Amino acid sequence: MNTQSLPSLLFGDRGTKVFFGVLLAALVLVPILHLAVPADSGLHLSGYTMTLLGKYMTYALLAIAVDLVWGYCGILSLGHAAFFALGGYAMGMYLMRQIGPRGVYGHPVLPDFMVFLNWTELPWFWHGFDMFWFAALMVVIVPGALAFVFGWLAFRSRVTGVYLSIITQALTYALMLAFFRNDMGFGGNNGLTDFKEILGFDINAPGTRVALFIASGIALALGYLACAYITRSRAGRVIQAVRDAESRARFLGYRIESYKLWVFTFSAVLAGIAGALYVPQVGIINPSEFQPINSIEVVIWVAVGGRGTLYGAVAGAVLVNYAKTYFTAALPEFWLYALGALFVIVTLFMPRGVVGLADRFAKKEPQVAEAVTA
Amino acid sequence: MNASTAIRNGWQKVFGTGARSERPPPGDASHGTILYLEDITVSFDGFRALDKLTLYIDAGELRCIIGPNGAGKTTMMDVITGKTRPDAGSAWFGQTTDLLTLTEPEIAQAGIGRKFQKPTVFEQHTVYENLELAAAGEKSIWTTLFRPLTPEQRDLLDSVLETIHLKDLQGMRAGALSHGQKQWLEIGMLLMQSPRLLLVDEPVAGMTPQEVERTAELLVSLAGKHSVVVVEHDMDFVRSIARRVTVLHEGRVLTEGTIDEVQNDRRVMEVYLGE
Repeated sequence: MNTQSLPSLLFGDRGTKVFFGVLLAALVLVPILHLAVPADSGLHLSGYTMTLLGKYMTYALLAIAVDLVWGYCGILSLGHAAFFALGGYAMGMYLMRQIGPRGVYGHPVLPDFMVFLNWTELPWFWHGFDMFWFAALMVVIVPGALAFVFGWLAFRSRVTGVYLSIITQALTYALMLAFFRNDMGFGGNNGLTDFKEILGFDINAPGTRVALFIASGIALALGYLACAYITRSRAGRVIQAVRDAESRARFLGYRIESYKLWVFTFSAVLAGIAGALYVPQVGIINPSEFQPINSIEVVIWVAVGGRGTLYGAVAGAVLVNYAKTYFTAALPEFWLYALGALFVIVTLFMPRGVVGLADRFAKKEPQVAEAVTA
Repeated sequence: MNASTAIRNGWQKVFGTGARSERPPPGDASHGTILYLEDITVSFDGFRALDKLTLYIDAGELRCIIGPNGAGKTTMMDVITGKTRPDAGSAWFGQTTDLLTLTEPEIAQAGIGRKFQKPTVFEQHTVYENLELAAAGEKSIWTTLFRPLTPEQRDLLDSVLETIHLKDLQGMRAGALSHGQKQWLEIGMLLMQSPRLLLVDEPVAGMTPQEVERTAELLVSLAGKHSVVVVEHDMDFVRSIARRVTVLHEGRVLTEGTIDEVQNDRRVMEVYLGE
């Protein structure tokens, strides 16, 4: 494993090859089917479908982030949707500032909801968000910094297992309550919406939608590569050792806390980027994104797909969300039961998820049997 | 401590860098003694697990520690490795390293390796990866993220694979090894850290007779290069490897000597057989 070249290290397994094959095909075909095929043709892909796929890709990136901390490092975070939402809010703030004087109240600087609240000037934390580069920086920094501080406190105090899961739930719940308040300055209950432009392009134009779709795909690919590199480096074997036997790894002289802290922070940054790409595609960000159930759903995606494999996390995110899209339209009251049942079934009968099942049908040895040559 | 050193120490704690170069070489045993435990006392809710325990281990020695359940053997190991802090007493690694001021990972890095009672290899990792994880050297996340093992580390890894007789199984998942092989792998993981002092907790429990024999050979071959402390119940095994035996009882050293002296000691018989 040590003598492998970087490309074979990153693309070595079949699941990863399949993932990149499908992703590349989607990135090429979907824009063509949307833009170049006439709308009355049977092959035409609607803007709705393309945006839906783009949304799934941001979910897949979020799932990879959760898989990195949970599937590989054993930290069951039930608060990752908070980092996703924070990244989304940072992007949302930029999009709000882009509206400029075209809001309902026509104020040159203040977003509508501030005018509505009779505010006369922009709160300090809204400054700078009129510049894309600043917002993009915040997309990374805000979730990263929160995860760093939170992780610093939690991991240094050796909070682990179910206790850590509970406080991550508390974190996202607390953020939800805070963002619901009007005087927090993030649009309260309604959140941020009615976006007009991104980087000067009409956010609803087909070309912009295609660009956002492709950007999501590229972010997913890069996030996947980064995680593949991390999990296959020596550091990756350390974090898996932390997952399997934490105190043993500590005795080997590894600073477990700093490994966990960096993995958690990096994962939060990925979640933030996913959120930032999600918001311009769905056109709204509001405090319900912080709901504790959202974070739990992400964990279910990863469990269904197969934790501990990155392509499994992607597959889980897409499959469960496709099912969700279908069920919430066809049988809306049935969805939450289906989700719960799915989780129980996967936990009991498919510990390695859909990917593990596929491996078994392919009569393939689990990938752990892969020999190491010194 | 002024503000800038405080910041630097905090930085090192988080980033895990820079700490190595400043420490004096640990475990200076130039006086012939590698471990000094003096008047160590540990109480749990009023129960004295260790009661003014005093024990010295010579450099290069192979020492067996025996004693009935509750004698304090595991607590003693916990104190040496930093898992338990004693209420009183001192613990020095060589003349220069005060173990009571170091954290668990610092003690591991200073050159004290511990093999636990239950084999705790990383079952999902291969034999090779287990040894790689255990390799001594810089262990910060930046190093493990961006640098492979050094050639010296690879050489050591190869020689350890030979020593523990697992060369042919290096690509196998550790979870698939036999019980005895797991124990050897774990000893191999200790050897990867080139420890000065090895603490080995019940190495032959549950082994087949052939495995016991091989383990005895392995431990005897390690003495000299390393100081080895073995905690064991199996008296036949102790007889086959030990030159000196220490008997613990109720948190104190009951007696010390060769295996014959110890086995013929009346007090030892009483402790083991009851009144």
